[in-house]
Amino acid sequence: MRYFLRRTMWLIFAIFVALTINFILPRLMPGDPAMIIINQLDGLQPQAIDSIRAAFGLETDKSIFVQYWDYLVNISQGDLGVSISHYPAKVWDVLAKALPWTIGLMGIATVLSFIFGTMLGIAIAWKRKSKVSDAILGLFLFIRSFPYFWFGLILVYFFAFKNPWFPLGGAHSISVTTADGWAYIKSIIYHGLLPGAVITISSLGYWMLTIRNNMINVLAEDYITVAKAKGLSINRIKNTYAARNAILPSISGFAMAFGFVIGGSLVTEMVFSYPGVGFMLFQAVQQQDYPLLQAIFLFITVGVLISNFIADILIMLLDPRIRDGAK
Amino acid sequence: MIKDMLKLFIENKKAMLGLIILSMFIIVAVFAPLIAPFEPKQREDAAGEFPLRSEPTSKHLLGTTHAGYDILSRLIYGTRLTLLVGMVTGIITTFVALALGLISGYFKGRVDDVISFVNSIFLVIPSLPLIIVVASYITIKGVLPIILVLSLTGWAWGARVIRSQVLSVSEREFVKVAEVLGENPFIIVFREILPNIISLVMATFFTSTLAAIIGEATLEFIGLGNVSAVTWGTMLYWAQNNAALLYNAWWWFLPPGLFIGLLGTSFALMNFAIDEISNPKIRKR
Repeated sequence: MRYFLRRTMWLIFAIFVALTINFILPRLMPGDPAMIIINQLDGLQPQAIDSIRAAFGLETDKSIFVQYWDYLVNISQGDLGVSISHYPAKVWDVLAKALPWTIGLMGIATVLSFIFGTMLGIAIAWKRKSKVSDAILGLFLFIRSFPYFWFGLILVYFFAFKNPWFPLGGAHSISVTTADGWAYIKSIIYHGLLPGAVITISSLGYWMLTIRNNMINVLAEDYITVAKAKGLSINRIKNTYAARNAILPSISGFAMAFGFVIGGSLVTEMVFSYPGVGFMLFQAVQQQDYPLLQAIFLFITVGVLISNFIADILIMLLDPRIRDGAK
Repeated sequence: MIKDMLKLFIENKKAMLGLIILSMFIIVAVFAPLIAPFEPKQREDAAGEFPLRSEPTSKHLLGTTHAGYDILSRLIYGTRLTLLVGMVTGIITTFVALALGLISGYFKGRVDDVISFVNSIFLVIPSLPLIIVVASYITIKGVLPIILVLSLTGWAWGARVIRSQVLSVSEREFVKVAEVLGENPFIIVFREILPNIISLVMATFFTSTLAAIIGEATLEFIGLGNVSAVTWGTMLYWAQNNAALLYNAWWWFLPPGLFIGLLGTSFALMNFAIDEISNPKIRKR
């Protein structure tokens, strides 16, 4: 219970820090985001300029502490300001359209990659002396060294352009809508396969390597030797004795890796023009839409923090040493 | 101790392969003007202007870009900045991680609390979105901001592992003996502790350089770098923005990414070798 409380406190605190970084960043940087939109909309009345400043939360006449308080109040009410590139739409409305795509694509791809990577890692640690294991290990070390976006470009080139087996980009064909029901879902799955494959394959090596090294450490433990001496079946030793222990550090390493995987997935969306948060981030960068840019940063960070929290809780449920509170 | 490490490192096949790949890139970078057929920003020679979007020919082995630059020459010259940014970022990141890890792990107490706290924050904040936000606010586009932004966000993991290793080494007898003998703490840190964590420091350098190379390419691909600089990342930026894919120009976007991957693999191999050497359990018996 104390562990749970500590993790919850940390989650709340970390979200608070993320909010604060998000508040400080634009104020630390040279240039004035509000001036960009003001320059874009020529010949504004001074009152209009003031209202834009207020909308973006950049009111230079108020003290920094008042600004900070207003900012926190606004966020707690779900008010993230107004988007520059989609002016006068609210940032939250723009972001809400992109979120489901990213959560769906990235969520499924990450889970698949974790499962396959872990299974592969267990297998190659178990048969560590074989040539096949070495080859698989080498292959994924190689794939892991490529930027995701380039791997995406290559897949698009060979499997969508050269051989038109898959669509070039987008999340579903323009001809179908939600009203089409099953056809719409099929189109979404079809469009998601290639970007999903990029994220899954690129991040697989990470999980594989982590579990492989843990597994090899565990296999050297005395209780494995005892299990072998007792004549237990190979599968029982591999899955129940070794893998179950080796998987714990993998789950707690999720924290680090997830942030990394998300970074790669965002750029993958850009390559596939997938209408998720990553592609929106790309557009926000190009159009200097700072309010949107920051809202995206905030959302991704909070998403990562919550996933970490879930991983911590999972560890608590799986590992009696933590559950029964050693510390 | 360090000599033994180096000997094991050179005898390791993976390390050797990584070292050979890296040396080849360094040679290409140093002798770029001698190897490259043309200048990276050259559009014409005595025979007239270069063709635009040319396919590979005997004169332009990898074709030309939309602006008539020779792609092979850009690839060769691009090695310079790509390698420089990656290595410099790797060195700065490792240095910061090492300094913070040593201070926090050896001196403990209040200093450690503060450093560890900041460290935990930087660990959980996803770096690429942060890098993109910071880089998009910086109005000067160039190599230096990229190095600074990547270093600022890249040190956390290294500092964390170095700290825990320093904590365990500083409990060992030889450190305790030096302390009892009244040795200066800085001498203890540099003479007793540092040599014992050198493999971890090397691993940190390899991982952070690998991350820096990919991070650099990603930033430049998005257009947040200096797009007129010649690097592999900006080559991919121009290829993407001029629809190289739809022109079927694989010779334009394939080689830069392949080179990024190869360079990354060389660091990954060396990192893997260090793991094998310092953790005998992982080494094959």
